[in-house]
Amino acid sequence: MHSFGYRLNGLLTFAVTILALMCAITSLSDNFNTPSPSAEIKIININWFQKQPQGHDEVSLMMNVSADLQSLFTWNTKQVFIFVAAEYGTPKNSLNQVSLWDAIIPAKENAKFWIHTSNKYRFVDQGNNLRGKKFNLTMHWHVMPKTGKMFADKIVLTGYSLPEEYR
Amino acid sequence: MDWQGQKLAEQIMQVLLSVFAVVSFVAGYVLGSFQMMMLVYAVGVTLTALITVPNWPFFNRHPLNWLDPSEAEKQPKPQVAVSSKKKSTKK
Repeated sequence: MHSFGYRLNGLLTFAVTILALMCAITSLSDNFNTPSPSAEIKIININWFQKQPQGHDEVSLMMNVSADLQSLFTWNTKQVFIFVAAEYGTPKNSLNQVSLWDAIIPAKENAKFWIHTSNKYRFVDQGNNLRGKKFNLTMHWHVMPKTGKMFADKIVLTGYSLPEEYR
Repeated sequence: MDWQGQKLAEQIMQVLLSVFAVVSFVAGYVLGSFQMMMLVYAVGVTLTALITVPNWPFFNRHPLNWLDPSEAEKQPKPQVAVSSKKKSTKK
C-alpha cells in the first residue's frame, strides 16, 4: 500500500464489497417480517355485459376494492404493486386469469385504502363462456424491495358470478 | 509512508470500514430507514478515506534509512549484462 492510488483503490474496493454484504443482509432481514394483509372486493354493479363484434364476451364492472396492506412494508420496501385478477375456468382453458385493475403503493401510509372504480383493463373472454360464470377475484401483490428479493403473494376471494344473460 | 505505516494504514482501513458497516446497518434497521444506513455508511467511507489514504506523518514513524547519495556513488554499481560476442560467419 505504498502509494495514494493503491490505498484509495484498496479502500474503495473493500468498501463496495462490504456494501454488497450489507445489502444482502438487508434483504435477508425481510424474511423476519410476518405480514398480515387483508382485502375485500365488492362488485357494486355490472355496467354492461355484451358479445363483441369479434364474438368474444366482454363485461364492464363497477368494483369497490378496499385493503389494508400496511404490514407488507418493511424498511427495505420501495413500493408494493397490487393487481386484481378475475379467475375462472372454461372448456377451452382450465384457468383464465384476467387482470382487471392494478396500482402502485409507494409508501406505508397509502397501503390502507379503498377505491371505487370500474375495471381499468377490459374483462374479455376467449369465447362466449361468461354468461352465468362463477369466478374468483384474486388480489395479488408484489413487494418490491430497495435491495434484494421480491416477495409476491395473493388473497383469493371467492363467490362472484356474472349474470345469466347479456345486458 | 514506511512499511509499518502501510501495515497500520491497511489495518485501520479494514477495521474502520467493518465497524462503520455494522454501525450503519444497526442504525438503519433500528430507525427503519434504508436512507439512514446509506448515509452513515457513506460518511464512514469518507472518514476512513481521509484517515488512511493520505500520507500522514504518523504513518512514517519508522522511516527507512536510505543511503546518502554521496555514499551510494562510492559503492560498486550493478553491471548491465551485454553480450558483445558475435559469431561471424567465415568461409
